[in-house]
Amino acid sequence: MPHNGGVRTRRVGERGLLVECADGAEAAAAYAALRAVADRVRAVDIVPAARTVLLDGLDDVEAVEALVTGLEPGPAAESPPPGRLVEIPVVYDGPDLAEVAGQWGVEIDDVVRIHEEIEFVVAFCGFAPGFGYCTGLPADREVRRRSEPRARVPAGAVGLAGPYTCVYPTASPGGWQLIGTTTTRVWRPELDAPALLAPGTRVRFIHA
Amino acid sequence: MEVLDAGVLTTVQDLGRPGWAHLGVPRSGALDAPALRLANRLVGNEEHAAGLETTLDGVRFRLDRAATVAVTGAHCVVRVAGRAVAWGAGVTVPAGAEVDVGAATSGLRSYVAVAGGVDVEPVLGSRSTDLLAGLGPPVLAGGQRIPLGPPRPAPHGVETVPPAVRSTIRLRLGPRADWFTPASVDALDAATYAVGPDSNRIGLRLVGRSIERAVDLELPSEGMVLGAVQVPPGGQPVVFLHDHPTTGGYPVVAVVVTADLPVCAQARPGDRLTLRVVG
Repeated sequence: MPHNGGVRTRRVGERGLLVECADGAEAAAAYAALRAVADRVRAVDIVPAARTVLLDGLDDVEAVEALVTGLEPGPAAESPPPGRLVEIPVVYDGPDLAEVAGQWGVEIDDVVRIHEEIEFVVAFCGFAPGFGYCTGLPADREVRRRSEPRARVPAGAVGLAGPYTCVYPTASPGGWQLIGTTTTRVWRPELDAPALLAPGTRVRFIHA
Repeated sequence: MEVLDAGVLTTVQDLGRPGWAHLGVPRSGALDAPALRLANRLVGNEEHAAGLETTLDGVRFRLDRAATVAVTGAHCVVRVAGRAVAWGAGVTVPAGAEVDVGAATSGLRSYVAVAGGVDVEPVLGSRSTDLLAGLGPPVLAGGQRIPLGPPRPAPHGVETVPPAVRSTIRLRLGPRADWFTPASVDALDAATYAVGPDSNRIGLRLVGRSIERAVDLELPSEGMVLGAVQVPPGGQPVVFLHDHPTTGGYPVVAVVVTADLPVCAQARPGDRLTLRVVG
């Protein structure tokens, strides 16, 4: 399995390649770098995740493997060009505000203040279409999920889990701690760019 | 098209919506894609036109206008106005005649193409129903009326009939075969698994010898491909089919070769499948 610096690749079936990175920041940088050379990669799908980037539907896996292992993991790769900034107005009325305040050892007002102070970046999407995993919480602000997931979380619910915050794009079951709601629609499949919170997007939550 | 009886599960399917996985959108599309392509060719459609995918017990419908219809995939008896007609061939159906696509006699999913194709509103470039993410048209129901597109000229030439249902699926090891014990990985070749009853368009659940983990770590979620053989903590593998989630948190020991995905699509609960490691 070829590797270069922290990046190594794994074959996935006949036409896929998994680029494995040391951490989330490196995966985000690798995703940005691979998108920048998308015309040479020619993948059907480029899928970032927590510590990997999947290249799927490749015509020439070996050539892309060589291209990926040749990408310099230098300073340029560590700071990808900043994505577009979106602001999401939130009413902080979530049922789990007190739980999060308890986990953090702060007051409820502090939960809101901390959430609004951070500029998050969408690391990847998953779970449901348009469900962006927004990174930026400091390590000491990780949040334990609910022990019992809710059967139904409404679209627009703003949640926290692990090192991420999110906006539920559609109603679904969910185990994230809910701290607020937004009327911003983050998933609009009728648009050419259906996901407001696509990977690489910068996000600020502001008072509605 | 007026649906008279939708059977246990009939959905509209084309070749899906690849290219959106980075936004969490499953690829969806016909599970037995070669069968849908063939059905479309038989009626003069583009191969990517939308048709119907049945599950085990078929579908009944009526057309407002005369059109060519073809049924492929799982073998079944096809009747037009009560008379048996050819399976795997373009058949002219008069306006108003009832088409009865019977229960599968072998295999699981039949594909119905109608000249002009099913013309429901596409979502992200596809008319497929996605049962995981809820995209595309709803599951078919009796009484429903479905728009059809304008037919193209009837095709010429003869199509070969697809091979009979097979029971071997070939695998390429990886990306995370090294997360499992060498003995478990070695045992995959020639192993036989039964198809679990809770299999669906999202995944084919296999029941048999457990695949044991060698690495006792939690895998951070990573991108998943069609045909990925994911192994949850219980050790019983799941083959990801077209409505699979775009990311997953259990390691993938191997990936089914593309040519054998139709075998997965046509496997019935209780069928036995033999694995072959080819790479």
